[in-house]
Amino acid sequence: MKQEFTLTIYTENQVGLINKIAILFSRRKISLESLNTSPSEIENIYRFTIVVKETEVVVKNLVRQLEKIVDVFKVFYNTNEEIIWQQIALYKLATDVIMKEVKVERLLREYEANAVVIRNDYTVFEVTGQDNEINNLLKELDQYGLIEFVKSSRIAIIKSSDGIHQQVLDMEKNDPTKLPINNEFLNLKSMIFEM
Amino acid sequence: METIENLKNEVKENSGVKTSGSLAVIDALLSEKVATIFGYPGGAIMPIYDALYDYQNNLNHILVRHEQGAIHAAQGYARVSGKTGVVFATSGPGATNLVTGLADAMIDSTPLVCITGQVFAHLLGTDAFQETDIINITTPITKWNYQITDATEIPEILAKAFFIAKTGRPGPVLIDITKNAQLQIFDYKGYRPCIHVRSYRAEPIIRNEYIEKAASLINQAKKPFVIFGQGVLLGNAEKELIEFIEKGGFPTAWTILGMSAIPTDHPLGVGMLGMHGNYAPNFLTNECDVLIAIGMRFDDRVTGRLDKYAKQAKIIHLDIDPSEIDKNVPVTVPVWGNCKQTIPLLTALIEEKKHPEWFNEFEIRKDKEFNTLINKELYPSEGELTMGEVLQVLNELTNGDAVIVTDVGQHQMVACRYAKQNNSRSNITSGGLGTMGYALPAAIGAKFGAPEKQVVAIMGDGGAQMNIQEFGTIMQYNPNVKILILNNRFLGMVRQWQELFHEKRYSFTDIQSPDFVQVAKGYGIDGKQISKREELRSSLKQMLDHSSSFVLEVAVAQEDNVFPMVPQGKGVAEIVLTKEEI
Repeated sequence: MKQEFTLTIYTENQVGLINKIAILFSRRKISLESLNTSPSEIENIYRFTIVVKETEVVVKNLVRQLEKIVDVFKVFYNTNEEIIWQQIALYKLATDVIMKEVKVERLLREYEANAVVIRNDYTVFEVTGQDNEINNLLKELDQYGLIEFVKSSRIAIIKSSDGIHQQVLDMEKNDPTKLPINNEFLNLKSMIFEM
Repeated sequence: METIENLKNEVKENSGVKTSGSLAVIDALLSEKVATIFGYPGGAIMPIYDALYDYQNNLNHILVRHEQGAIHAAQGYARVSGKTGVVFATSGPGATNLVTGLADAMIDSTPLVCITGQVFAHLLGTDAFQETDIINITTPITKWNYQITDATEIPEILAKAFFIAKTGRPGPVLIDITKNAQLQIFDYKGYRPCIHVRSYRAEPIIRNEYIEKAASLINQAKKPFVIFGQGVLLGNAEKELIEFIEKGGFPTAWTILGMSAIPTDHPLGVGMLGMHGNYAPNFLTNECDVLIAIGMRFDDRVTGRLDKYAKQAKIIHLDIDPSEIDKNVPVTVPVWGNCKQTIPLLTALIEEKKHPEWFNEFEIRKDKEFNTLINKELYPSEGELTMGEVLQVLNELTNGDAVIVTDVGQHQMVACRYAKQNNSRSNITSGGLGTMGYALPAAIGAKFGAPEKQVVAIMGDGGAQMNIQEFGTIMQYNPNVKILILNNRFLGMVRQWQELFHEKRYSFTDIQSPDFVQVAKGYGIDGKQISKREELRSSLKQMLDHSSSFVLEVAVAQEDNVFPMVPQGKGVAEIVLTKEEI
């Protein structure tokens, strides 16, 4: 069954790496619902957050192939229940509409929207939340002549992860015999071995 | 003149020495003990060729006739010798001509380092003369690639390239060097081989619990079956494999790329898997109770229809590449790691056994295959020559000691079904990609990689014309390569499918060929054409005994089909021996 998975990919900071990652998805005709690149907690190590709608079998295969890319350290994949995730959205509305329509004001409060810019002609609100909240507000505001809308990609923190500090330290050690006992794909949920 | 000797001495004495990027490239190759380079010069790689000029005695550069020839030659060289093949090409068309070979080396896990020239860094992205974005073009078909725009990166990146190409599951690496970096004079601090890349793990950790679970499954098995692939050759684990199968008494089959890791007449060997493999191993894949897959990747040509593949069996998969586990066939026990290490661990835990009844199942089907078709193929007494009998006579003459390089198509299947091979790394063929035109250049490379061996390139009349320009390379360097063209005046494999599945609508498979012997003659290569049975043995002998390269063109039956066959979309147990069964 297809469902949303969030992939967290730790990589070296290398030009062109995004292409090497993206073609593994396009090769299997999997569209990226969302893609974010960001620095990680460790200097010079980058973190891609990618959201796809796929079956776990396909995602697992994909994750192993992503980990084969030389400049990729580690890939985690998680369901929405296993992560804390957020997106940010900006909504531009005519200021006089907001002044006039009480409903709009109520909506904005309800969604905890913050005004980023207020001008005579328009106001920009910012909302941080999850997809459905952002989309619901979008639908509501659409009735009131929304001028412009944009939504960021998803960023996520894995609930059970300790980060990859230790792993990177281990991988940096030059002695290949001292690599950490961890060739699994860091998912705590399924042992791939079953008798 | 700058020289490597000066370089090495000065690097030792000082902390660094002023040198050019190009010379640093040469020093890297010498430090990696590269002996042979296959290449073709051009504008953007001229500084490297200029540096090479002074080292012609240390680095044997083979000037090919087309960059595709260079990369296939490097593949043949790497496959036969186990060393990393090295290729030089220029930017633009030189680089794009490598693409097919890179894809081939990628899918067949062949270690290569390809060095391409690139336009000056300040011209990148401006559609400069012979500029092409070869990094992005080759990303999906290289294990790693990198563009160097500054000479100071050359030593480190080349060291990394050789390390990545050869370690773990091998593969092709492409390093693109801009012309300014080749010309740049920089402070060279010497070459240090790479032993570690922090984000890259060549081999997964071996887990004892999996070894133990695998061993206990094997020990309980009544009908164990070993199938192995090229991983055994790449891991140099031939001896380990033989000890393993002999202790457990396992019937053992190989994939086309695994062929020759054990002698083809090994008593436990039951033949080749795959669409045109042997009858018994295909059929009995669906009868075994424990399937032990070693260094193979369950290619669709091996598995046939996946939902009918070995459903009854517990599957143990030994592979160095974790992404192969569960990729096509869900496994019961994954045994990650280099099979050179994992096989002996398993051998230690398994019981010594023989499985006579189970083995007999193979014998019964082997006899059936022999009586139904092999006998007719190998020992016909009348009618046109068959590809099979050519191979049979060749076997008798080489006694299985030749390196057989095949192209792609019917002759490839026939050669891999019937060739006798005693020694490891004797079977060179384009397996995963199925690249026509592979055999001639690959055979040239194989001869440079194993000069002491008899190298026989077998090709069809279609493939022979696809890289025929490499006759020129043979003319210039005279590697003693034997070229056996099995000419059926058709693109035979496609014609076979048209006959079987497209109502004999022979759409554009009736290819015409030149007089190959005359063409070879133009290149100063001797040759002979035959079509009669009584000439076969003496002509093959003449070819093999000839003091230099020789082309033997054999006219074989026009519309022979390769059987057995697992028709596309069918399961392995639905393998057929004759076309009437389809």
